[in-house]
Amino acid sequence: MGLAQSERLLMDAQDMSRALSRISHEILEGNKGSQDLALVGIRTGGVYLAQRLAMRIQQIEQRDIPLGELDITLYRDDLSIRKDQPELRKTTIPFNISDLKIVLVDDVLFTGRTIRAALDGLMDLGRPAEIQLAVLIDRGHRQLPIRANYVGKNIPTSREENVQVFFEELEQVDRVSIVTG
Amino acid sequence: MGWKRKDLLTIAELSIEEIELILTTAESLKEVGGRDIKKVPALRGKTVVNLFFEPSTRTRTSFELAAKRLSADVINFSPSTSSVVKGETLLDTARNIESMQADIIVLRHSSPGAAEHLSRFVQSSVINAGDGWHEHPTQALLDVYTIKEKKKEIQGLTIVIVGDVAHSRVARSNIVALTKLGAEVRVVAPPTMLPLYVERLGAKVYYQFEDALNGVDVIMMLRLQRERLGQALLPSIREYAKLFCLTSERLRLAKPDTIVMHPGPLNRGIEISPAVADSPAAVILDQVTNGVSVRMALMYLLSGAA
Repeated sequence: MGLAQSERLLMDAQDMSRALSRISHEILEGNKGSQDLALVGIRTGGVYLAQRLAMRIQQIEQRDIPLGELDITLYRDDLSIRKDQPELRKTTIPFNISDLKIVLVDDVLFTGRTIRAALDGLMDLGRPAEIQLAVLIDRGHRQLPIRANYVGKNIPTSREENVQVFFEELEQVDRVSIVTG
Repeated sequence: MGWKRKDLLTIAELSIEEIELILTTAESLKEVGGRDIKKVPALRGKTVVNLFFEPSTRTRTSFELAAKRLSADVINFSPSTSSVVKGETLLDTARNIESMQADIIVLRHSSPGAAEHLSRFVQSSVINAGDGWHEHPTQALLDVYTIKEKKKEIQGLTIVIVGDVAHSRVARSNIVALTKLGAEVRVVAPPTMLPLYVERLGAKVYYQFEDALNGVDVIMMLRLQRERLGQALLPSIREYAKLFCLTSERLRLAKPDTIVMHPGPLNRGIEISPAVADSPAAVILDQVTNGVSVRMALMYLLSGAA
């Protein structure tokens, strides 16, 4: 598949798949198995990644782990200054998060503001034993003291660049690109 | 699609896309009501003023709860306890409220067009919570939401509205909303309770309750407004109940999976029999629950455009 002119490829489908496999193993290693473990994907990209991590963990451990979807819109810190309201989507966390080790999953870690919102959102749903963070891309430029426990790839970027993760479910082919213009 | 309006005044002015946006936003917000901690910070620091010139407990409470679940601050203004009894005009009252930096004013008033009038003079967003016999858009939206939740799709449904349609803003807003979304809407009542030219809104007119029930997916009962009986609309309540009370026998004339709706408060034994009101077909309490989600959705959407 040809790339748009303004697109620079950072990871292809295989790179993504390998990174996710490694992260699955790291999560299981860090938590000594999948006991009391749950994944929560941040809408939209994080949800697809969380599903893939859950699938891999299921294959390794031969047991299902709880999987949830979190929409952080209501917890954004720019709601009162934006002129148009961002579209709300559903939060679906069909299990009690209290006393579980929650791995929050997102596609790109940038300023850290989304993760701050997600932490507040999760805390309103219960009292997890622990919250960890897994991201596919860490592109730097943090504005809050937040760090990921599991990272697919660190990518140095300039603030103006736009890192985009494309998913098979939406755009036919998995890939990560820097998109300009 | 983004939300562009400052106010929510009527169903008539809304496009199908806008109605869908309100419904999907409400669907996302319904989850908040099911939590242990029923509060999200989306409207933190915003002020919502309930300005009710007509008595209302459930609608006002629903708006209040919706605002509080979004973390807004809520003030309730009602005429009996305010300067309105001292002769202040609607506009002056509203301007005073606006000067206190109200972001959203929820207005109920006995004059049709009161909300629209107010919206032209204040910067705050105005939500019409009922203006005379004109419209009650949030009730229609919560009704549409409830029907959609139970029946999945509005398009192609047959819905009958029963009772005093002429004096009902709930009926008017619902007829407009449901026909817009592709449902067949029937109205049935004694002729004195049907407005002239109701067909022009897209509703089919019936006078016999039994005839109107054939093939119906949704039965929407209206409250018999007993305070209007001095207006000689009916010979007697007993006669009305005999002809228009939704009983178990009449319910059987509709489709087997029909749902029964009522905006409340119920007159048990007059427009709806206790057996029906308490039957699995009744979704009356779902309407109340969904009312909070729909009003949260509106406040969320309006506070972006303000």
